[in-house]
Amino acid sequence: MNSVNTPSSIRVLDDRTAQVWEKGSGKEFVCDKKSAAGSVTQRACAFCGSRVVLYPIADALHIVHGPIGCAVYNWDIRGSLSSGSQLNRNSFSTDLAEKEVIFGGEKKLKASLIELINFYKPKAAFVYSTCIVGLIGDDVEAVCKQVTKETGIQCIQVDSPGFKGTKKSGYQAACEAAYKLVGTGDTSNISKYSINLLGEFNIAGEAWMIRQYFEKIGIEVVSTITGDGRVDDLRRCHGAKLNLVQCSGSMTHLSKLLKDDYDIPMERVSFFGFEDTARAIYTAAEHFGDPELMRRAEELVREEISKYAPKLKQYKKRLKGKKAALYVGGAFKAFSLVLALRALGMKTVLAGTQTGSAEDYEQLKEICDPGTVIVDDSNPLELAKFVLEKDVDLFIGGVKERPIAFKLGVAFCDHNHERKIPLAGFEGMVHFAEEVANSACSPIWQFAPRRQAKALRLPEAEATTPLAREEGGAA
Amino acid sequence: MSMAKGNPDTLTADGCKTEGALPASATRNACKLCTPLGAAMVFKGIRGCLPFLHGSQGCATYIRRYMISHFREPVDIASSSFSEDDAIFGGARNFAQGVDNVIRQYEPELIGVATTCLSETIGDNMLGMIKEYQDKHNGDGPPLVHVSTPAYTGTHSDGYYSAIRELVKAFVKPTRITQPRMVNILPAMMSCADLRHLREICAMYEMDATILPDYSSTLEGSSWDCYHKISPGGTSIEDVAEMGSAAASIEIGHTQAGDKNSAASWLEREHGVRRDALGWPLGIRLSDQFFAAMAAISDRPMPEQLADERGRLVDAYVDAHKYVSGKRAAIFGEPDMVVALAAFMSEIGVRPVICATGAKVKKWKELLASEIEGGTADIEILSDSDHAKLAAAARELKPDIILGSSKGYPLARELKIPLVRIGFPIHDRIGAQRMLSVGYRGTMELFDRVANALLEGKQDFSETGYSYL
Ligand code: SF4
Ligand code: SF4
Repeated sequence: MNSVNTPSSIRVLDDRTAQVWEKGSGKEFVCDKKSAAGSVTQRACAFCGSRVVLYPIADALHIVHGPIGCAVYNWDIRGSLSSGSQLNRNSFSTDLAEKEVIFGGEKKLKASLIELINFYKPKAAFVYSTCIVGLIGDDVEAVCKQVTKETGIQCIQVDSPGFKGTKKSGYQAACEAAYKLVGTGDTSNISKYSINLLGEFNIAGEAWMIRQYFEKIGIEVVSTITGDGRVDDLRRCHGAKLNLVQCSGSMTHLSKLLKDDYDIPMERVSFFGFEDTARAIYTAAEHFGDPELMRRAEELVREEISKYAPKLKQYKKRLKGKKAALYVGGAFKAFSLVLALRALGMKTVLAGTQTGSAEDYEQLKEICDPGTVIVDDSNPLELAKFVLEKDVDLFIGGVKERPIAFKLGVAFCDHNHERKIPLAGFEGMVHFAEEVANSACSPIWQFAPRRQAKALRLPEAEATTPLAREEGGAA
Repeated sequence: MSMAKGNPDTLTADGCKTEGALPASATRNACKLCTPLGAAMVFKGIRGCLPFLHGSQGCATYIRRYMISHFREPVDIASSSFSEDDAIFGGARNFAQGVDNVIRQYEPELIGVATTCLSETIGDNMLGMIKEYQDKHNGDGPPLVHVSTPAYTGTHSDGYYSAIRELVKAFVKPTRITQPRMVNILPAMMSCADLRHLREICAMYEMDATILPDYSSTLEGSSWDCYHKISPGGTSIEDVAEMGSAAASIEIGHTQAGDKNSAASWLEREHGVRRDALGWPLGIRLSDQFFAAMAAISDRPMPEQLADERGRLVDAYVDAHKYVSGKRAAIFGEPDMVVALAAFMSEIGVRPVICATGAKVKKWKELLASEIEGGTADIEILSDSDHAKLAAAARELKPDIILGSSKGYPLARELKIPLVRIGFPIHDRIGAQRMLSVGYRGTMELFDRVANALLEGKQDFSETGYSYL
């Protein structure tokens, strides 16, 4: 039988049982594993990780060395905005053909790089190597060196064949690549109150909002590395006095490099929800130890909250008591979401990430309520299982999770990089509430078959229409 | 917000100045997708089938993501999740384990195995691995069908047609019987609505149709009252098995016409099933050809309903001809769709001044010339094209309208002309699955879309606007 009426008829793969955990169960929890073959993981590949992290560096050329698919599936799919150059929104590829796969693609890469650089005059070039390139052993580094010499434009290899691991290993490769730009720019006029924002992707202009908070209270933002990023900003970002790291998964490595080599301290922050945003601003202000700065920070927070808190109230009333499931890329986002949902009176009953670390999950376990299921590197079947089991009202995830929710008559909020609505900062929290309420409180759910069956209090098995049973039947 | 935001209006589609020698080595904004995507799409059109990509997991995830964004339906594609070691030592172990896991979780009726660039390049012997797996399990478990899809040898269209061929080869049973009321339809990469309409048309001719693939309900299904591990619907393997006894096969797509290795050619050679190779039934002339073939196969005249639809379509052409006639269009996408659209444009008096496809198509020029009236001397015909080449041609030739996937949006925006979305992928609109374009009825819908897009463009850019035609 291929259709599932009870969640218990979806089984978690043996290889994965330790990656599914329920608060209060006392069971052991495992993460940081490579995905089981055949598990239909929601994860992408290492290349994907590096591409998405470096994508927002808008005035650099990004070229994918490999067959076409890897490049084209990445073409302008992210909502990261640029205030100027749109070069990053293109998809450049060496589009290897069979003969290059056999005889090597170095020549084509070199020719491609030189002509693209001459045509687009980028500030720098990132060259991503994909699985095939890792396999046929092209010396990408050497090509980059040659082209740098010939064109004067710095070409940087991003060593990220997909099979090297999950997105996380791609993040690492991206950090290494970005770091090659650091340290070459002039830092003489950087303020003593200055920061870099790391791991803020400027989805729908969020980095612009956040930047304003800091500028308003007198802190200079040297570089928003991964959101509306610029090559020249990266070159001088070592002159900043503090690093604020948002997406910890992607950018911790770069901030570590900056700590080790330039002694720049780092703080993990989040700009999602009132609480976290305020805390992030205070963290920065506190770091510089200037009472005037702190006073201005408090004023800003007070102002913003008084502006937006009343708007939240109406949403809170409507959303109170609803149950949410979330499955996101990184763990830090998950923490913030749990808190933000709580602020809206909602309960998180399922929380999972693609790439959380043991440390991340410890923290996640702590902030979740008893009974919450926590999953690592999950897949559509498992997610569906828990959506049914916990009877959730709202799912928060990305494109790949959306149909799981919708097919089962569950509201959905896109909290991934494709979205077009800014959800960060104080203002963003109102957008978030609105987004969630618009879906969760939509009248359309009354027509969803699963909801309808419930409303009529039919036993689940009977609720299955004969048609669905017939068509879905495998055996 | 006080931040300066670049004025996108001043930018070209690729965000750059346009002077200087155009890059020729690199592909800039490809006008194609990779082969396994086409295969996965076909597998999604088979009942109870789970697509399985042998290679690294990124490829499968990307393809899923792409298809989900277009169809807005669950698309589960498994992968053998190669790690570095597997890339070096071969993926046999991962394959077996992956298949095990898929069977345990999904209980599929069929597993459609497609290779990726990686597994092709390391030379994994797929057939051997499948056999080994099946031997080890004494033939228990669902059948596995294999299609070889290295992306560096073709595009998603190639993957699509190859997968159909492999399915036919794997499952069609020898038979001596011919069932005169049975027809095989082998469609191209069309919308769900198109596939549904083809089925409806067959019914009008009182023919029993096996449509391979048929993802019309797996990729556009109803809301679920219970969870389906694999979306319900699709062509059953039993029906595929019977395809050898059909009266005829209609294979859709101009590029398939001369292909001796196509699925329908194979059916003809091995099982004596007559083959009609036709273009997409889009526009009056190509639809006429399709219906003529249906009439011949079924020995039935054109049903009244269709004749009525044809009449209404001609009437629609008449009503709106002035607003489209003399206009110039740029068309891009899958080769077979582009040829059919060019034919359609040219029969309504729109000159298809640019016809572009990302695939390298043999005799692409001739194919188009066969459907475009008045020669192709003034037409930019681009095979193996990317969007940068398409954009350069469009800047030069200044078409009035673009037809193609949502990937044409940046160009349409730059040139301030309308984009009529058709093909795959459509990621910035709702309802791509429901857009009907084939047959008289589909043509009428498409015609209205084209005419209205042109009118809307004119309205939007006129000084005062107008509210009456
Ligand atoms: S490696 Fe090949 S199969 Fe995989 S995404 Fe890239 S082009 Fe497609
Ligand atoms: S896994 Fe490898 S081949 Fe597939 S998309 Fe990622 S880099 Fe490309």
